Amino acid sequence: MLSMTPSKKRLAIFIIIGWLLLLASDRVGPLRLYQGSYIATYTLAVASIILLTGYSGQLSLGHGALMAVGAYAGALAIGKAMLHPVLGLVAAALIAGLFGLILGFAVARLSGPYLAGTTLALAVALPTLANQFDVLGGQQGLPLDVGSSPEGFGEDFSQYKWYFWICALAALIMIWAIANLVSSKYGRIYRALRDNPIAAELSGINVGRQKVLAFAISSGAAGLSGALLVILLGGVSPSAFPLGVSFFVLTGAIITGLYNLKGVILGGLILVALPEIADALASRIGGSEGLTNSLPDFLVSALLILAVVFTPNGPGKIFKRSH
Amino acid sequence: MSLVVENLTIDHGAIRAISNVSFTVAQGELAAIIGANGAGKTTLLRTLSGLKESKSGSATWNGKSILGKRAEDLARSGIMHVSDGKSVIAELTVKENLALAGLWRKDKKDVAKATDEVVELFPILGQRMSQAGGSLSGGERQMLAIGRALVARPKLLLLDEPSLGLAPLIIEQIFQTIKSLIKKMDLTVLLVEQNAMGALKIADEGIVLNLGSVVAVDSAQNLLNDPAVRAAYLGY
Amino acid sequence: MSQFITAVLTSLSSGAIYALMSIALVLVWRSTRVINFAQAGQAVLTTYIGYDVIQKTGSYWIALAVAVISGAVIGAIIDRFFMRPIFKRITTGPISLIAPVVATLGLLGIIQSSIGIVWGINYQSIEAPVSTDGFEVNGQVIAFNRFNLLILIIVTITMLLLSILFQRTNIGLALRASAYSPEIAKLSGIKVDAVRTFGWAISGAASGLAGMLYIPGYYLYPNAMDLLLVFGFIAAVIGGLDSMFGAVVGAMILGFGLSFSRTYISMEILFPTAFVLLILVLFVKPGGIFSAKKKRGA
Repeated sequence: MLSMTPSKKRLAIFIIIGWLLLLASDRVGPLRLYQGSYIATYTLAVASIILLTGYSGQLSLGHGALMAVGAYAGALAIGKAMLHPVLGLVAAALIAGLFGLILGFAVARLSGPYLAGTTLALAVALPTLANQFDVLGGQQGLPLDVGSSPEGFGEDFSQYKWYFWICALAALIMIWAIANLVSSKYGRIYRALRDNPIAAELSGINVGRQKVLAFAISSGAAGLSGALLVILLGGVSPSAFPLGVSFFVLTGAIITGLYNLKGVILGGLILVALPEIADALASRIGGSEGLTNSLPDFLVSALLILAVVFTPNGPGKIFKRSH
Repeated sequence: MSLVVENLTIDHGAIRAISNVSFTVAQGELAAIIGANGAGKTTLLRTLSGLKESKSGSATWNGKSILGKRAEDLARSGIMHVSDGKSVIAELTVKENLALAGLWRKDKKDVAKATDEVVELFPILGQRMSQAGGSLSGGERQMLAIGRALVARPKLLLLDEPSLGLAPLIIEQIFQTIKSLIKKMDLTVLLVEQNAMGALKIADEGIVLNLGSVVAVDSAQNLLNDPAVRAAYLGY
Repeated sequence: MSQFITAVLTSLSSGAIYALMSIALVLVWRSTRVINFAQAGQAVLTTYIGYDVIQKTGSYWIALAVAVISGAVIGAIIDRFFMRPIFKRITTGPISLIAPVVATLGLLGIIQSSIGIVWGINYQSIEAPVSTDGFEVNGQVIAFNRFNLLILIIVTITMLLLSILFQRTNIGLALRASAYSPEIAKLSGIKVDAVRTFGWAISGAASGLAGMLYIPGYYLYPNAMDLLLVFGFIAAVIGGLDSMFGAVVGAMILGFGLSFSRTYISMEILFPTAFVLLILVLFVKPGGIFSAKKKRGA
């Protein structure tokens, strides 16, 4: 067996995972495909937070807004400008990344609670902006139909399978890119930013620039996940990304372990599975409407607290090989 | 009432800061701990005042163990630690700083009396009562820090490098004041200092600490005359 | 002209409520170094309690008193039995900076979802104790009413009381000392843990007051105070998290900014205005107006 460099190994692993997923998509029903699409999307969002908060140490409470930027960009690119879905997704990621670049520059000097507060304000402010501009569809939002699978895939290629392919592959590629990034020297740079910015500056790292770049890349990934969500939802509107979304994906990242990517799919899984489990539980208990509505949040919040208290460095440690 | 430290070991993260240290400070004595930077002197003091945990060993005051207790409880039982770097709260006024150590005391009349005594001792504080602690000079802040401890009418005073960063004249003043306090206020004092000469001159007993271990324990006079100590710490 | 007067008056009354929230946040920040997101939950929970009291007694004022007192109790309980154990457990690693804040986020979710389970998620309402018809000025009705005036009066009195508490009492001095330097406070014999719990109690009381003053203009539902928390946070950050005075100033700046943009531009531009205000202030002073931080080179 040829010895492979870590990056080649990583590429191989991702290719294998991708291939397995595509194989699996033939064998499961539409519900699982739909859920799988959501899992992939949320996993990507969680990965973007791991990059920004876990690695470069910038706490963002506003990733929902970045996802919204990507969502609207994707809806415009694919829906209005009629770009091919792949191009449209790339455009969405780039636009969100550009937005993140500007935002990252604006907040580069902020730390801790000041950064958190600014991203929080953004999360609240941005969705309402969409109401203002007609080109963004106002309050109704924009519809998006990504169409059915290409001709070459044949008649039997269901809509849900098409969704799944798009989401899973997009997420896989982006997460692979992020994984490469954090395993490279940039990973070490980010960790230095997070743990000791003064020492980092002294050892020649341009702290400001690296923070901004990390913000931009994270935003691009978040924007991509937003665009994927828009495809799944069939459209985007100002109410699609309320404040809760930001907390939701942050929760997924904390539960899965902020500080490395190794358990990241767990985050996506939990974010999709938990509300469903809660729904099932609520109807089993047969409680009031209040119970049904509130139980998912209760479980997610409880899990968040348990995660941050008992496994502060993430259950991903279970999957982690020793360094 | 004496301070008895036996085989005390203290870790600071992965480093063994204090290793099997033993010494005794009898009541009414002024003991000086001298040693170079990094010898573990501050760590030792912080453990005795409850800010830090020890690994093993014992330390008793008045026969009762003072290890593993909360700092505020030790302070209330008469052990006052004047920590380094001019432990004055810059944003509070001189008056407020002085009041801190008396806040918990029930006998408000005595607190007022003690505060008056401190102002008598350090008149400059009386002139600056309503000024912010941060606006005081280095020497004034050290006086304020000591004064604040005295308001609590302590029995054991732990002083961490009171001379740090001060001009020689002020250092002399402060050392003399510390010495005079012992009789006046029935104190026992454990003084940690890099300024070995000044400390040993006013001390009864000296403890030499090097890299966390006790290298010598003797009367201050003997240490002042000891050629090895002179060469290492006294510069002649 | 009446538009201007309206804008000013509504600035004051909304700024007053933001001030209650921002003071509560700053109080906890200074004593515990954590942004207490659960405050939105505490505030709305105490308002639900007040709602129940009104259902039973019909009196807004009794409900207000109960809300404030229960706010204090809940705040103290959260510090003593939730925050303190968490701080004890998580002391090292990069997570130690984020964990407490995330824990308050989780607590917020727990409180809000518990309210949903117990009280349901339907919108309720609380009636204001005085008329909410606008005053008449020169024959024109302005958007400022008796209740707004009452809010201003209550909050002003509260600020005065808090100011006396902090500056002129022993416990206030202990609070300030513990916030500036927990170590020196401990060495002076101050029971810093107990003092901090007291700070949380006051913070809880303030947010309880804010809830009962805010909700009569709107609806009561589990997420009703979320927006106010965001505004309170923005106000606190604008003023500089370390300053109680800054919290009030920040609240007023935000109140004026939002009120004027709402009156002269439109309702929609509200949140973007808040965001722009925040970014502008932080760009010039990354630590808020009253902070000591200087600009670091990017």
